Amino acid sequence: MLLRDVKFEEKWLPGNAACPGCGLSLGLRLLTKAIEKPVVVIPASCASVVQGAWPKSSASFPLLNIAMAGAGAAASGIANAYEMLGKEGTVVAWAGDGGTADIGLQALSGAAERGENIIFVMYDNEAYMNTGIQRSSSTPHGAWTTTTPEGKREFKKDVAAIMLVHNLEYVATASVSYPVDFIEKLKKAEAHKGTKFIQLYSPCPPGWRLDASKTIEVGKLAVETGAWILYEYENGKLTISPISSRFREKKARRPLIDYLSLQGRFAGISQQDIAKLEAEIDRKWEFLSKFE
Amino acid sequence: MADVNEEVYVIPEIDTKGLEKEFPLSKPGFGAGGKTNEWRLLRPVINYEKCIKCLICWIDCPEATITRGKDNSVAINYDYCKGCGVCANECPTKAIEMVKED
Ligand SMILES: Cc1ncc(C[n+]2csc(CCOP(=O)(O)OP(=O)(O)O)c2C)c(N)n1
Ligand code: SF4
Ligand code: SF4
Ligand code: SF4
Ligand SMILES: [Mg+2]
Repeated sequence: MLLRDVKFEEKWLPGNAACPGCGLSLGLRLLTKAIEKPVVVIPASCASVVQGAWPKSSASFPLLNIAMAGAGAAASGIANAYEMLGKEGTVVAWAGDGGTADIGLQALSGAAERGENIIFVMYDNEAYMNTGIQRSSSTPHGAWTTTTPEGKREFKKDVAAIMLVHNLEYVATASVSYPVDFIEKLKKAEAHKGTKFIQLYSPCPPGWRLDASKTIEVGKLAVETGAWILYEYENGKLTISPISSRFREKKARRPLIDYLSLQGRFAGISQQDIAKLEAEIDRKWEFLSKFE
Repeated sequence: MADVNEEVYVIPEIDTKGLEKEFPLSKPGFGAGGKTNEWRLLRPVINYEKCIKCLICWIDCPEATITRGKDNSVAINYDYCKGCGVCANECPTKAIEMVKED
C-alpha cells in the first residue's frame, strides 16, 4: 500500500482533548483509516479522556468506555452480540499498556483462549500517563517515571511475546511513526479469524519529557537503534517487517544514545543502565530469531 | 494555496432512540476537547512553493487538522490545529515553518 492509497476521510475528529503531539491520538486516527467499520472498546486510560467531554465525542464511530480491567471481556461480548444480530463491524479493543500488560492481561488472555473475534491493540506509551506518569510493567529499564524517580530497575514486559504463545493467527508490533505499516497490519489482522493482537508504539510527549514535534522522529529512532522491532507473526511464522529488517545486524543500527537523548525520561541514565538496555536489545533480536 | 477540505470529516446523524435518557451517550462533533486552536503557541505555515504534495504531513498529523484535497494538496485547519509542530518536523522539503502566534 502506498501513502496516496490511504483514504481521505477522517473519523477521529479535530478538537479532541489529547496533548499536542500525542501518539495515541495519531494511532486512533490511523485505526479509522484502516478499518471501515470500527466498533471500539476503550478501558480507563488517556484514550478515554482524549475523546473529549459529554455530550460531544471526537470519535465518529461506535465506542464503549469500560472499566480498566475489562477491555478483553467487553470486546468479546460486543463481538458475539454483533455476530448474533448479524450486524457489520470490526470489534477493536484499544487499551493502554497499563490496561493490557498489567490490569487487563487476564481478560485479554481469556478472550484469546476462547478465540473471540476481536482485534486487540495495546497502544504502548510505556507508563500510566492518564494518572500522572506512573511506571507500568511496560516501562523500559532506566526510564524515569513519578514512581521510578531513579529510573526503573526492572525490564519491559514483552506482551507481544505473551500473545505469540497463545498461538493466535495474527500478532504484530507496529509504531505510529510508520503509519502505512500500521494500517497494513490492521487490515491483515481484520482478515484473520479469532483474536488478533497488535502492540503499537505510541510516544507521549509529556510523559517521556519529549518535545511535542518529535513524536514521529523518536519512533523512527526507536526502530533505527533496534530498540523497537517491527514484526508480524502470522499462522505460526514470524517475519521481521522490512522496515526493521535493515537493523538486524548490530552494526547497521544507530547508537542507542541517539534515541535516549531525545527524551528527558532518560536524562539521568547511567552508563551501566545504557549497557543493560543494549544487552536487552540484543537478547530481544536473538529471541525473535528463534520463531522465524 | 489550498483550502481546508471540509468534506473529509465524517460526522453522521445518529438516532440514539431515546437511549441518552438511560446512558451517558455522546455524539460525534468537532471540538469535543474544546477550542484546541487556543492551545497553539506556534502556527504551522505551509510554503506552497516548496510543497511537493508528498502527504507526509497529512498522514503524520495526530489531530486530522491537515486535510487532503482531491489533487493531494494539503491545507491546515487552523480552527483546531494545536501547533505541535510534528508536520514541520517531518516535512522532507522544510516547506512548513512554525511561526509565533501573537
Ligand atoms: C481498577 C482501576 N485502577 C486504577 C484506575 C485509575 N486509572 C485510570 S487510567 C489509569 C492509567 C492507565 O494507564 P494505561 O493503560 O497505560 O493508559 P495511559 O493512561 O497511559 O494512556 C489508571 C491507573 C482505574 N480507573 N481503575
Ligand atoms: S499524556 Fe501522553 S498519551 Fe495521554 S493524551 Fe497526553 S500525550 Fe497522549
Ligand atoms: S510534508 Fe511538506 S512537502 Fe509534503 S505535503 Fe506536507 S508540506 Fe508538502
Ligand atoms: S502543528 Fe501539529 S496539529 Fe497542527 S497541523 Fe501540524 S501536525 Fe497537525
Ligand atoms: Mg500507558
